[in-house]
Amino acid sequence: MSKFKKKSGGGTPGISTASLPDIVFMLLFFFMVTTVMREVTLKVENTKPRATEIKKLERKSLVTYIYVGKPKDMYASQLGTEPVLQLDDAIARVNEIKTFVISSREEINEQERPLMTVSIKADEDVKMGLITDIKQELRKANSLKINYSTRKGEVFGEDR
Amino acid sequence: MFSKRNSAEINAGSMADIAFLLLIFFLVTTTMDVDAGINRKLSPWEDEPKPSSALIHGKNIFTVLVNSQNKLLVEDELVDLRDLRQLAKDFINNNGDGSCDYCLSSASLPNSSVNPHKAVISLQNDRATSYDMYMAVQNELAAAYNELRNELSMRRYEKEFDALNPQQMADIKAAYPQVISEAEPVEL
Repeated sequence: MSKFKKKSGGGTPGISTASLPDIVFMLLFFFMVTTVMREVTLKVENTKPRATEIKKLERKSLVTYIYVGKPKDMYASQLGTEPVLQLDDAIARVNEIKTFVISSREEINEQERPLMTVSIKADEDVKMGLITDIKQELRKANSLKINYSTRKGEVFGEDR
Repeated sequence: MFSKRNSAEINAGSMADIAFLLLIFFLVTTTMDVDAGINRKLSPWEDEPKPSSALIHGKNIFTVLVNSQNKLLVEDELVDLRDLRQLAKDFINNNGDGSCDYCLSSASLPNSSVNPHKAVISLQNDRATSYDMYMAVQNELAAAYNELRNELSMRRYEKEFDALNPQQMADIKAAYPQVISEAEPVEL
């Protein structure tokens, strides 16, 4: 009799979790392959404009980034609300670009220096005045290959 | 001996936890965005901008002005951003002097370029133009060239421009050279 009782009182058997690690590892490898390490902590807002005619930037080692945008809310008390630019981890002024670009060009080995690209990652709310100043500085630093970083998407929003 | 071998199995119950920990670490420290954008080349810096010696004929210049209210003025006419691509295509592809045998357009408009090699797009913006609008205009102009190149490559090689080999790609690029000149911003 006891035999039968045991069987009926078991309820639903628990689901085996033996394959859970495998599933999680699969996810882990997926993320390891598709993502890249975050290089800088962004201190500025950065919603890039949309564009359709975009080209992928290859050779990450040859790319230098300039971030432009309003300071994030947590930094607003020190930096104000006007758009600023960020080079590496620090907020910088426009006239610091030249030194920055030249020093990052020094880090690239000599044959590849002409291939260096400066990627301007600007927020869509930035005015062109600041961007133009940046472009002028880049021209002075003789770093002429630039890339306007964008998101993929139609340019015709609701407002246009 | 036998009992020892039986007990040698390690409990793998915490494996999932370890894997989750790693997974969360990677989720936090990495970003997924692919870097992409519009490539442009700046002109070298000149201390004293000298007046250009090569005078370009007025009809070969397609002027695009963007003012501080993000309004678009193309060839002295107020136009919508949606029409810019087609206007630019018509301008470049205009077979003014009949020397362009791949242009297809029979109608030669008086105010458009004499051939694609001579066509120059001049883009000028205000300092208060928004970056968003500027990129949209850049995008539309790039799209005009890309569409023309694509159409030509479909006719010549029956392939998309991106699928061509480097030699063919250079041919098509030479047929429609992309010349976008950017003037320094002024008050518009």
